[in-house]
Amino acid sequence: MTPVYETWETARGAEIIAEHSKMEGATLPILHALQEAFGYVPEEAIPMIATALNLSRAEVYGVFTFYHDFRAKKAGRHVLKLCRAEACQAAGGDALAARAEAKLGIALGNTTADERVTLEPIYCLGLCATAPSAMLDGRLVGRLDEARIDALVSEAQR
Amino acid sequence: MSVRLFVPCDAGALAVGADEVAQALHKAALERGAEVEIVRNGSRGLYWLEPLVELETAQGRFGFGPVTADDAPSLLDAIIADKPHKLSLGLTEEIPWLKRQTRLTFARCGIVDPLSLDDYRAHGGYKGLTRALTLTPDAVIAEVTTSGLRGRGGAGFPTGIKWKTVSQTAADRKYVICNADEGDSGTFADRMLMEGDPFVLIEGMTICGIAVGATKGYIYTRSEYPHAIATMAKAIEIAKKAGLLGDKIAGSNYTFDLEVRTGAGAYVCGEETALMESLEGKRGVVRAKPPLPAHHGLFGKPTVVNNLLSFAAIPFILDEGAKAYADFGMGRSRGTMPIQIAGNVKFGGLFETAFGITLGELVDDIGGGTFTGRPVRAVQVGGPLGAYFPRALFDTPFDYEAFAAKDGLIGHGGIVVFDDTVDMSKQARFAMEFCAIESCGKCTPCRIGSTRGAETIDKIRRGERVAENIALVEDLCGTMKLGSLCALGGFTPYPVLSALKHFREDFGPQQPRLQAAE
Repeated sequence: MTPVYETWETARGAEIIAEHSKMEGATLPILHALQEAFGYVPEEAIPMIATALNLSRAEVYGVFTFYHDFRAKKAGRHVLKLCRAEACQAAGGDALAARAEAKLGIALGNTTADERVTLEPIYCLGLCATAPSAMLDGRLVGRLDEARIDALVSEAQR
Repeated sequence: MSVRLFVPCDAGALAVGADEVAQALHKAALERGAEVEIVRNGSRGLYWLEPLVELETAQGRFGFGPVTADDAPSLLDAIIADKPHKLSLGLTEEIPWLKRQTRLTFARCGIVDPLSLDDYRAHGGYKGLTRALTLTPDAVIAEVTTSGLRGRGGAGFPTGIKWKTVSQTAADRKYVICNADEGDSGTFADRMLMEGDPFVLIEGMTICGIAVGATKGYIYTRSEYPHAIATMAKAIEIAKKAGLLGDKIAGSNYTFDLEVRTGAGAYVCGEETALMESLEGKRGVVRAKPPLPAHHGLFGKPTVVNNLLSFAAIPFILDEGAKAYADFGMGRSRGTMPIQIAGNVKFGGLFETAFGITLGELVDDIGGGTFTGRPVRAVQVGGPLGAYFPRALFDTPFDYEAFAAKDGLIGHGGIVVFDDTVDMSKQARFAMEFCAIESCGKCTPCRIGSTRGAETIDKIRRGERVAENIALVEDLCGTMKLGSLCALGGFTPYPVLSALKHFREDFGPQQPRLQAAE
């Protein structure tokens, strides 16, 4: 289930911004909508949001950079998020994260050189009673063990 | 013979294959030409049994679990032939883990079809709102105050008093915000309820809107909860179509509208003022209080900000009366608390019970100890900002004041269990690291102190001037506690100091350790 994104076009970006600009506190909904459409928030969109919401570019940029979710460039073809919070740590998540890092040859927070897999930490998926857990492109996986993490990594590499 | 089965659509069940089980059951039914209806319910909260499949019978629901897709054909054969199956658990309601709970807030979760308003009503839903509409707003608030309900986000502020303040503040516009930014590790009650019984939250927030004179509500939740967001948004649409949101709610003269908003991965937005900044479209930077949100909240208007579990307790209180709720609990902690047992635990899940149960009962008796089979060494209560408790404190009753007296907090009711392979200086370091990652940057002790704290614990772990550096960490914790505006910087010292106090032997040069649990 590879996510499919549109290619950035100014007119399409403007349309998305206009769709949401009348909402109260529209900045986050707009950033989410742009990222959902394009897979990231293109730099060109920042001044466009600022104009639409009567804010300064700096304010919009400040919001964009504050939140962990928003990307300045596209992620790898697959995004594998490993829960790194305490409940998953207690259930052996540290060793599994290290295993995934070793298999992919990258540290958490990075994308493989072939741009296939982005490996990210996530602080709590709320699956703490079926820990350790992960999310591959929006699909949740709990009760991870070595076999399951290996399968997830292989799936992401395909 | 027509068969009615329940297969949860709760994210925790999906993560262990509930969708695959539902598909396999559907396929097996087609192959057998059997008439099978599969209802996707929420989770009962017995996560070690997920995916938990239930069969409706005249005696009640029979449970089977944990079911895998491979089990589906044999399970369906057994059901059709009315024969026993190896995964049979008997009547779900009779499973002791569920039977000994007091489910008031979670009464319907895992039982109803989450998006069926008829089902919700058939199980007592909207009776609270119906009664609220026969009372004056002041009488509704009085009911909430009398119930003794305190903020379930962790601060424990009396909900009725908050509502009264907003109701007494004059303004052209007021807001109701549900804080569903459930970022604490070890907690999942908000997620479960949004996925399993979304209408109870809508009803609770609607009652609040009517009581305080607010016309607009927001549910602020996490991007990490896509299933909860989708279910909540659908439930709001259904309620609108049924005339239970919008103008003239349920035929009254009240107006109340509701919207779900999604955060973007910032833990600090669970702090109410940062949450409001985020809702306003800004960086989630904490505001100084006063002014209180009740006076000067979202967009400067009087605003009720309550935890999801607080709102979800409201329909019961209005329906059954304040006394029925206050009859549960101990001391100043009235009612029930949905406790979440997680981490390295045998029987993890949601356990709603009256305040007063001890930590030891929760961990050893109900949780059954660790799933690795090793001894329990520490439990963290209340999320990443909660203290670590050793076995010696397992007699502490689950109660706001009792935990505070032991230098801890109950927070949002999450308990994370660790076995004896845990390295407590590593956990203390993680608390500092997490604070550094998530700090909004406003207060220096939180922004800088967390990074310096992690570095200093690293020195201790390398064996560098251990005693001096421990003293430094303790001093730093004092500064963070007193010098931070919100609970992120202010409470990060709880896990750090509790680890130092109860597990001092872990602070020093690192010895080769046992392999961590896997």
